[in-house]
Amino acid sequence: MAQHDWLGLKKELPRKRQLQLTVLSFVIPLVIWCVVSYVPWVWHPLIHITDPGQVDYFSEGLDIPRADFYKELAQAQAAGQPLPKGYLVNPVYLPAPHKVACAFYTAFKTPPRLQDEPWLHQSLGHSIRTIFLGFLFSSLLGLPLGIVCGSFRFFAKLQEPFIEFFRYLPAPAFGALCVAILGIDDAPKIAIIVIGTFFQQVLVISNSVRKVDPALIEAAQTLGASGWKIVRSVVIPASITDIYTDMRILLGWAWTYLIVAEVVGTMSGITLFINQQARYRNFENVYAAIAMIGIIGLSTDMFLAWLGTVLFPWKRKGVRKERTHTIFPLFDRMPLKSVIKPKLEATNYVAQ
Amino acid sequence: MLPSEIKLPDYRELAPSVTARFEKIRQRPVILSIRALKKSFGANGSTHVVFDHLSINIHRREFISAVGPSGCGKSTLARIVAGLDEASGGEVLLDGNAVTGPGPDRGMVFQGYTLFPWLTVKHNVMFGLRMSGKAPSTADTEARQWLDMVGLAKFENSYPHELSGGMKQRVAIARALANNPRILIMDEPFGALDAQTRAQMQAYLLQIWKKVDVTILFITHDLDEAAYLSDRILVMGTNPGGVREFIENPVPRPRSAEQFISPEFLALKKRLEHHIHPPVETEDVEKLPMIKLTEAGDEVE
Repeated sequence: MAQHDWLGLKKELPRKRQLQLTVLSFVIPLVIWCVVSYVPWVWHPLIHITDPGQVDYFSEGLDIPRADFYKELAQAQAAGQPLPKGYLVNPVYLPAPHKVACAFYTAFKTPPRLQDEPWLHQSLGHSIRTIFLGFLFSSLLGLPLGIVCGSFRFFAKLQEPFIEFFRYLPAPAFGALCVAILGIDDAPKIAIIVIGTFFQQVLVISNSVRKVDPALIEAAQTLGASGWKIVRSVVIPASITDIYTDMRILLGWAWTYLIVAEVVGTMSGITLFINQQARYRNFENVYAAIAMIGIIGLSTDMFLAWLGTVLFPWKRKGVRKERTHTIFPLFDRMPLKSVIKPKLEATNYVAQ
Repeated sequence: MLPSEIKLPDYRELAPSVTARFEKIRQRPVILSIRALKKSFGANGSTHVVFDHLSINIHRREFISAVGPSGCGKSTLARIVAGLDEASGGEVLLDGNAVTGPGPDRGMVFQGYTLFPWLTVKHNVMFGLRMSGKAPSTADTEARQWLDMVGLAKFENSYPHELSGGMKQRVAIARALANNPRILIMDEPFGALDAQTRAQMQAYLLQIWKKVDVTILFITHDLDEAAYLSDRILVMGTNPGGVREFIENPVPRPRSAEQFISPEFLALKKRLEHHIHPPVETEDVEKLPMIKLTEAGDEVE
């Protein structure tokens, strides 16, 4: 019975089922997209003219609303003129899945129309660099400040009220200011990402630091630790996994600021590519570029999640005990297999 | 025959061997001296006094338990001695020096283990040694010795989440003892353990205490535990809060589980029960104003 209880509240699902559902979560929107694109009687509001017949405003390759086409068709039939021909299509802004799939490859192969325009890989590289620098500069200041604010009430009261106010100011609002101060190249874009990330970062991290179990700090005090030693040896390690998760989420937020940042000053990066392709009406390239942002973001996050289990072995729970890291055996500091057996022996030892 | 009907000796009657033992303890230097200690909560008129005029002396290598109902301030007492809470009055002297804050000379074991989850068992034990500035290699060797002593040498590279509750608490004891504290304060250390593990841990603690030069202040609400482990028992109460009695335990050492039914043990237990659960109140509690909701004849008792 329990095996079939998939909808149990907060019930853990079997691993296989989890995997199936994960795949399905991607398959469902894809199927909907395919149905809309390939089944002719679903949506398809336009007719792509292949033969204009005698209709004066029709021309080959033009997309005409269905109602207009049928009206002209009926008139042509009544007048005995050659009939216009065409087939049902979706608007150009909804390309079919196979076209977008091809665009993943062809977009990289298509040379830019103008000499000084960047290739797709250059655009992507530019965007990643902007994100990376913005997030780095934000973290260089935000991480220590968050830890200090979380550890000492004094600094929390001194900093947080202002930061709380500042984080409500939308980062794009600083666009003009950033350009005036930093010029039109990459600097204002990085600044926008820093403004968008930094203030949230300080608050989120200080909150995570504040959640450290006070009993751990007390335990450290009774063991002779005090002041900065406690921050270094207890507060930071106790909250580092939460901080790590915060940073992953914040990196996601930084991506959302990217598109806004890249229109500041001279448009650049993936935003420039998307805008230009939209202007040329290469919508399959637009979709491919948008999807690439998602793929880069998701895969970075998955990599960081995996890296977390390597960096913080104490967070690995019992389920993963038999798993060893075959890719990076060096990181595998915990002798996982030796743990289970002596546990029993030691319990016997007490009983004697 | 109910225990109350058995003729029990007076808990104050000590066997000659027990008297001699207490005589010997009294000759040892006083490690911890608590003088007129007061703790109260609240401000602006409405203050709640937890305890007042609390004065006791604890001698070297004595095992003292503090028992009492919840809210009597026994944990507060432990925390004040540890330096984690501040007293409202009076003072705590360790080797004649006033306690002003937490320090490595007073080790503490908490009910919630409080092991550092990011450190292996060995590094947990090394923590205090590293804080006092010992070289890593010295700290390493000493930590191994302590782990050996609590029987967890094989687990030195495990993380706390991989250990059972009893094992975690043994690591916590080793970690506290590694600092060579003058006094080990244990605040309901076995409260979260199941009955069987708890009994094992009690026997274990006695073994460790015998081998190590340490004085123990043990907070518990378990009267059997207090009677089984300690030399003297500080009985605290509520309404009004304060010390009810400081009892010299008549049960001879070495202690064993068989003594749980010895006359001295039962006499002591009866006296403790008298303080903690006064017989008058139990009558009131048992009668609930409950309407019968079952059918006639469907009795369970």
